[in-house]
Parts: sequence; C-alpha cells; structure tokens
Amino acid sequence: MSLRLGRSLVVTASPHIRKRDSTPYIMWNVVASLAPIVGAAVWFFGPSALLVLAASVGGAVATERVFGKGGTIADGSAAITGLLLGLTLPAGMPLWMVVLGAAFGIGLGKLIFGGLGYNIFNPALLGRAFLQAAFPVAITTWPATGGSWLALRGDNFAIPLMSPRVADIVTSATPLGLMKFEHKPTALWDLMIGTTSGSLGETAGILILICGAWLAIRGFLNWRIPVSILATVAAFSAALHALDPARYATSLFMVFSGGLILGAVFMATDMVTAPVTNLGRWIFGLGIGILVVVIRVWGGLPEGVMYAILLMNAMVPFINRATQPTPFGVSRAKAAA
Amino acid sequence: MRLFYRGPHFDHGVHPPELKELTSHLPIRRMPYPDEVVLPLRQHAGAPAKLAVNKGDRVIRGDTIATASGFVSAPVHASASGTVVDIGLWPHPDGTMSDAVRIEVDRYSPQVTRPRMVPHWEGLTPKEIVAAVQNAGVVGLGGAAFPTHVKLAPPPDVSVETIILNGAECEPYLTTDHRIMVEYPGRVQLGARIMLHTLGAKRVVIGVERNKPDAIEALRATLPTDIDVSVLPLTVKYPQGAEKMLIHAVTGREVPSGKLPVSLGVLVQNVGSAASIGEVFETGLPLLERIVTVSGPGVKHPANLIVPVGTKVGDLLDMCGGVTDDAAEIVFGGPMMGVAQGNLDAPIIKGTTGVIVLTFAQVPDARSYPCIHCGRCLDACPMMLNPSLLGDLARTGRYGEMEAEHLADCMLCGSCTYVCPSNIPLAQLFQASKSALKRVKAGAA
Repeated sequence: MSLRLGRSLVVTASPHIRKRDSTPYIMWNVVASLAPIVGAAVWFFGPSALLVLAASVGGAVATERVFGKGGTIADGSAAITGLLLGLTLPAGMPLWMVVLGAAFGIGLGKLIFGGLGYNIFNPALLGRAFLQAAFPVAITTWPATGGSWLALRGDNFAIPLMSPRVADIVTSATPLGLMKFEHKPTALWDLMIGTTSGSLGETAGILILICGAWLAIRGFLNWRIPVSILATVAAFSAALHALDPARYATSLFMVFSGGLILGAVFMATDMVTAPVTNLGRWIFGLGIGILVVVIRVWGGLPEGVMYAILLMNAMVPFINRATQPTPFGVSRAKAAA
Repeated sequence: MRLFYRGPHFDHGVHPPELKELTSHLPIRRMPYPDEVVLPLRQHAGAPAKLAVNKGDRVIRGDTIATASGFVSAPVHASASGTVVDIGLWPHPDGTMSDAVRIEVDRYSPQVTRPRMVPHWEGLTPKEIVAAVQNAGVVGLGGAAFPTHVKLAPPPDVSVETIILNGAECEPYLTTDHRIMVEYPGRVQLGARIMLHTLGAKRVVIGVERNKPDAIEALRATLPTDIDVSVLPLTVKYPQGAEKMLIHAVTGREVPSGKLPVSLGVLVQNVGSAASIGEVFETGLPLLERIVTVSGPGVKHPANLIVPVGTKVGDLLDMCGGVTDDAAEIVFGGPMMGVAQGNLDAPIIKGTTGVIVLTFAQVPDARSYPCIHCGRCLDACPMMLNPSLLGDLARTGRYGEMEAEHLADCMLCGSCTYVCPSNIPLAQLFQASKSALKRVKAGAA
C-alpha cells in the first residue's frame, strides 16, 4: 500500500456534513435586519434614539460579559436583546434607567435560567416590564416627532436615582393613548410610515413588516407566529368595530398602532421563548392576538403587546406538550389513548 | 387525505447538496486485484459466518471460506485466488475489531473460478431459490447488509403483494445504484422476476429519485411486458431511500410503529441486491465483489468501481490516485449515515456502498451551542419525532422518557443533526441512548 497520510484521520459520528446555518449566524442576521428600523428611529427621534439604543445594547452586552459564561457575547443574542429593548423605549428615557432595564433583562430574564436557550420569557420584554413597573412616568413620556433634528428629546442625561427635571420638550400621546383616553383616531398613513409618537422602533409599521418578511424568507423567523398574531388582532378588532364603530377602532388602526407589529415580528418570534411545533405556533399567535385586544380594549393600559407576549411565553411549555407531533406509523387514535 | 397531491413523496426530510455529478456519468470499471484481501466473518446483519478454512490453505476465487451459521446468516467466499496467510482479529469498518480471513492474492493467478453449474431458476421451487440465494452469500447491498434470502422466505401467515425495489439512492455523492440501473437494467429486471416468482407477489415497483433520469429511462426501456413491473420517479430528498419513507411514497401508507413492512404486504429490496440475485442465476457465481462509488473532494480520481470484497480501503484509494492534501475524513457509505474510518486497513465489505473522502473544510465544527428551540429538527424528522425534546432528555440520561417519546422509531438518519444551527450532535446522542436503553433493559431482565 503506497497511500500515506501526513496526519491522522478525522473520525466523527454521522452525519459528516452540515447545513451552513449556525446559531450565531441566525442571531447576527436578526441584528442586521433591525438596521433599517434603527435607521428609522434615528430619523424620527434624532440623537436621543442613538443614545437610548447604545445604552440598551451596552447594558445588555456588559451584563452578559460579566455574569454570563465566557465567550457568549459572540453568539449575538445579548446584542439582540439590547437592541430590541431599546426599540421599545421612548426616546427621552434617562440612560441610566435604560442600562438598568437591559441588565435586568439579561441578568434576571436570561442568565439566571442558564443563559441562551434556557430562558422562559423574552428577556427584552422582561427588561421592559421591569422598567414599566419601576419608572412608569419615564417610560410613558413620549416625545413628538418633527422639530429640530439635533435636539435631545427628554432626560437622557438625568442623574441616576434623582427625580428627573421636567424636560422642556414637546411630548404627545401615542395613537393608542389618544384612542383610549380621548377617542381620537390617528390617520392611518401616519401610523404606517411612522410619523407618530411612540417608542423608538414601533412606529414604522410597513418598514418592520418588510424587515420581517426578509427574515422569514431566509428562514430565520417563523412566519406563522406574526401572521397568526396580526390576523387574530385584525379579526377580533374588526368584529368589535362592527358591533360598535363609535367605541372600537378599526382593525387596520389596531394592527398598525402601538408596538403590535414590532412585537409580532421580532419579540413573539424569539425562537427560545416560542413553541417548537407549527400547530403550537398558531396557538401561540392566536393567544397573543386575543390578549392584545383584550388588554387594549378592556385593560387599564392603552398598550398590551408586552404583557400578551409574556403571558403566552409562560404557556409555551404547555403548548409544546399539547402539540407534540404524532410519530410516523403511530395512529392518531393510539396516540390520543 | 391530501388536498394537493404532490406526487410520490414522504413528509419532512432534508435536502442536502446532491454532489452526484462527480461520478454519476462515470461507467463502472473493474479495479485490478490487490495484493491481499481481508474477509471479515461478520459482513451482514445476523449471526457471523462460521470459519471453513485453515491458515495456509490455498483457495480458488469463489470457494467458500466461511459458511452460514444459521438461517439469518450468509456464507463468505474467497474474492480472489491465493493463500490464507492469517486468521484473526482485524479492523472492521464499523470501528471494532472482528475475526477475519486474510488471503494473500496469487499475483500470477488468472482469477478464474472453479467450473460451476448455472441453476435454471424457472425450474426451481421457492425453497430452492432461497437456498441458492443464501449459498451465494447475497446480502442487502444498500448498506444494511441484511441477508437477502431471509426476506425471500416470509413466515407462512403473511403474504407479500408488492415488491418495491429501492433505487432512490438519496445519500449525497453515492452513485452505485444509479450506475447499476443504467448499465445493468436487465439484471435488475431479472432479479425482480425471480423475486416475484419466489414470493408469489403481484407487482414490482422500482422507485428511483428523479435526479437519475438516465436510470429511469434505462429501466423503462427494458421493462418486461409479461409481469407487472413499473418504474416510479420519486421526489429528490433525503432520506427517500429509507425503507419506511419509500413505502410511504410508493403506497401512501405508513408502516405501523414497531411492525415490519410485510405487515402491509410489502417487501423492499435494494436495486443492487436485485441485480445481484439476477447475477447469481445468470452466472452461477456467488457474491465476490461489489460496486463501490469512490468520491468526495478529497479523492484525486473519483470512480465507480467493481471491487473485490475484502479490498483494503487504502488499496482502493491508491487505485483512485490517492487523496488530496486537505483530505480529512474517510467515510464508508454516504456522508449522512456513513461510518468514518480510522484505519486504512479496514476492508470493503458486502454492505459498503461508497468510500467518500471529505476535506477539512467539510468537517463540521466540533463546537455546539445550546438548543434555541428553533424547531428545525421537528421539520426535518421524517419519523415526525421531536428531536429537540429527545436531545434534552438524552443529555440528562432520561432514557425511559425517551422510550415513551418513541426513541425506538428513530432510524438515525441524521436529518435533525444536519439542520441543527446549534450544531448539537443529536443523532449521536440518540444512538448512544439506544445502546444505553438496551443495557438498562438487559440489566433489568
């Protein structure tokens, strides 16, 4: 035998080839797909938007670095959490609060469960829920769009633990707030392109849908979840609107206002905290959609997307159990028995 | 019921790159005899063969060197004339050591066999045909190497209606069955005819993936008109060649979990095995050699070769110009389910469908990430299992719960591992869990 190898052979278990998608690749693609939305936030809200996003990403990544297992920053999941949290906040939020929220989201929303893959709740939304509970005024102070682009909008540089000074900025209620408390609808076109007040990344509905479609086509998010959430909200609110048009908003208003599209496309689709089965994904989306409308219409808050997703996150283990696939060759009758 | 019929297919599965173009057009060629052949006694599923020669014996090509040790066993024949130089443990392609007969090939021998009688199959009873197939040492050539004659003798209380010939060949790189169908369609048809006769079945369906149009054409051009034989083009995806997936695609029915295909009146044989049966009754020769695809970016001259059983893989790769500098892994079988070799002395056995040489660029990263519950493995699993859940259970050693989640139905096709973005070695975990479960049960019994 003349064949000689210069080194020893690699001997690994089958399969010996893999699809070229990795978890970090998926994560960083999600980050990349958020770039246009970040751009829109900066366009509408100026440097304040960049400051809030930087504080949020910085807080999330730093927390992962300090308390996480070594080398986990490279997987991109902490960066996504930070970016998504930042996009759900108002432009004028004091930065120290933003950092605290991001640290809470990563630390108590993810690392305490064991890090990437083991958390039950969406860490970005958990961070936001913490901020909502701790700083209800700061998180509902909505700077208006327009005006001088370079101006800071609010108390970005407020000193930690001091009560913020009253900011000399133009604020305006969100479309959902206007609807809920003053029964004033906002023009649909403004809702779709994002020239309304609201959190950084939630206003430009059409842009978010385009970014989501790009991710879905490339297989990085499961289209069933956003489709079922948006369809449920549309159908449910259309039914209510048909009952009493004066009291309930139209379904297009409900779909395009608030954080629904951002939540449906980027939060609810978080693979770690969503069901693994396709049937489960439909149920998950249906549940979120119903909860969103219920909280918005009958709840005390104008917005309900965050709580709807967090509540359904808690249901995921049960949904997964209930929607186990029936193995090949096992009859449905036998599986039910 | 299917709302939109998409042609013969099974659900789920994956679509790895086919990579057949390296060898799919290359005619089968015969390799010269190596200096030595090593014939393991364990070359098939079932009981290993029983040694029938002694060290120092002269053997002629075709002589029996080990006899079947029971019904689910097959004899082993000398694949070359020469001298038995050693009998003892030798590296087996499955990674273990196994008893093997080493024959130093007589380099001046013309390698002819002893005169033998060619049995006329039409005059034989089913029992005699089964015996003839067993004596010829024919085993499943698709990789599993289950003795072929056992399948031809089902228990008396079941009847086979449909024989499916498996020409799917869904593993990347492999073109062995493809070339057999293109070059020996007549032998495949003869094998089908003999099986129909033996089993008293009604029809034969030859399932071939659509990416082998020349094979489909060659088989159709030689279709006999006096028996019910048809060629069914199949969807190209992996694992279309898995027995249960193939039956589902052809008949639309699911083999019940834990049951054999014969419970549906179906029997599946690889097209290569069918051609081998045909060859036995054409030439009278036992199974002495098999066709092997040598391919992959790590081998200098890919080829489809007739290889004497027992040829060492190092000798075979030598024949193909050797390996490239970046060759990293030598796999027996396809890259999805094949077994990586650690030793160039491992011999080609009856079930070796291919020898694939992969490069460093192809070897998967050893690093894995935590499961992010993306659900891709659920969409890939052709058995509709939940590999994500099974993987969690495997890592915590909860084998009993895995059994309840139908671990037994996992056929280790590797589709889940192939798609896993977190690079979790699921198939490996399941294989280990299966062995662990077996040990637990053996201990409990």
